[in-house]
Amino acid sequence: MAEHGHAHAHPHVHGHVTPLGVYLAIFATLMVLTVVTVLVAYVDLGQLNIFIALGIAGFKATLVVLYFMHVKYASPLTKLFAVTGIFFLAILLGLTMIDYASRMWVNPPALLQ
Amino acid sequence: MSDVAVHPAHRPAHTHVAHHPALQHQFQTLSQQKEAAMLGMWAFLLTEILFFGGLFLAYALYRMWYHDAFVAASTSIALSWGLVNTVVLIGSSLTMALAVRAAQFSQRVATVRWLIFTMVLGAAFLGIKVIEYADKFEHHHVPGPSYIWEEAGHAPAPGEAAAGDEVSPDAANFQLHTQIFFSLYFTMTGLHALHMIIGLGLLTVIAWMAWKGRFSSEYYTPVEMSGLYWHFVDIVWIFLFPLLYLIDRAH
Repeated sequence: MAEHGHAHAHPHVHGHVTPLGVYLAIFATLMVLTVVTVLVAYVDLGQLNIFIALGIAGFKATLVVLYFMHVKYASPLTKLFAVTGIFFLAILLGLTMIDYASRMWVNPPALLQ
Repeated sequence: MSDVAVHPAHRPAHTHVAHHPALQHQFQTLSQQKEAAMLGMWAFLLTEILFFGGLFLAYALYRMWYHDAFVAASTSIALSWGLVNTVVLIGSSLTMALAVRAAQFSQRVATVRWLIFTMVLGAAFLGIKVIEYADKFEHHHVPGPSYIWEEAGHAPAPGEAAAGDEVSPDAANFQLHTQIFFSLYFTMTGLHALHMIIGLGLLTVIAWMAWKGRFSSEYYTPVEMSGLYWHFVDIVWIFLFPLLYLIDRAH
């Protein structure tokens, strides 16, 4: 677009101006990945299906965070905040799943049954 | 911290924007003010991640325990509406990003236009959700006293079960466990829809402010912050779609 060249010359914009083409490319990628995740869902890959679906979703979310939410161009502190979210979510999901997934592994002593 | 944050190169800009009407007195520059707003917004989004995270955790655990019931219930949902809604919502994220971009160029009318596009897509998403919910009511797939799970093949009508044939323990379990799936379905998509409704209210205010000419390339923080919220809600759906609609299709 004509306004694009103007962007980098603009002296007062407080923040990074993403070129229009980047937004459109990210949108197109998200659309393609949406179609891919639907098609892959119909292929029986056993246990892999859920990991592929979540992997694609994670990649799509990363694109949204980096480009639509401008984290790619944000300050290091903002980046740290974003990563902190994933970190605490991993603790919430990870530790709880470790507990529930391993409950059946041992026979508790009779006293505790 | 505030003294350190002002880079010498920004000094001239500082004196220039010192009297910008949007600059609050506790901040030295608009950039510093924007950075503070950004961190505050992200801190809020972190709490939102854990808020939804608890529900995702509940879903993962119940899916592990009642896998067969979850497969049956999840595949009973029409995939097409979920797919359409995914496209609509990601499209609304694009228009939201373009609204922020228009604000960065001080394009008042374009900002309002993209914000309205975003709201229209958001409303379309909710409208489709209404169609989906109505379908669940029709099929008695809403958890509660009138909930009925009918296995494909041998569908025990409510009267039939009372007619003497004992309900098999499997069917009874499915009646209970598919209900857990739909409870989580309605809680997660309902909470997500509530966020969309709040987002629509937020964008209405922002669009009105934009129309009044409150934003410019120097100051468009509220547009960008509501954008962060909107994109976050989009991300929640990006995970809800595969988990509720997709992962059991092949089995």
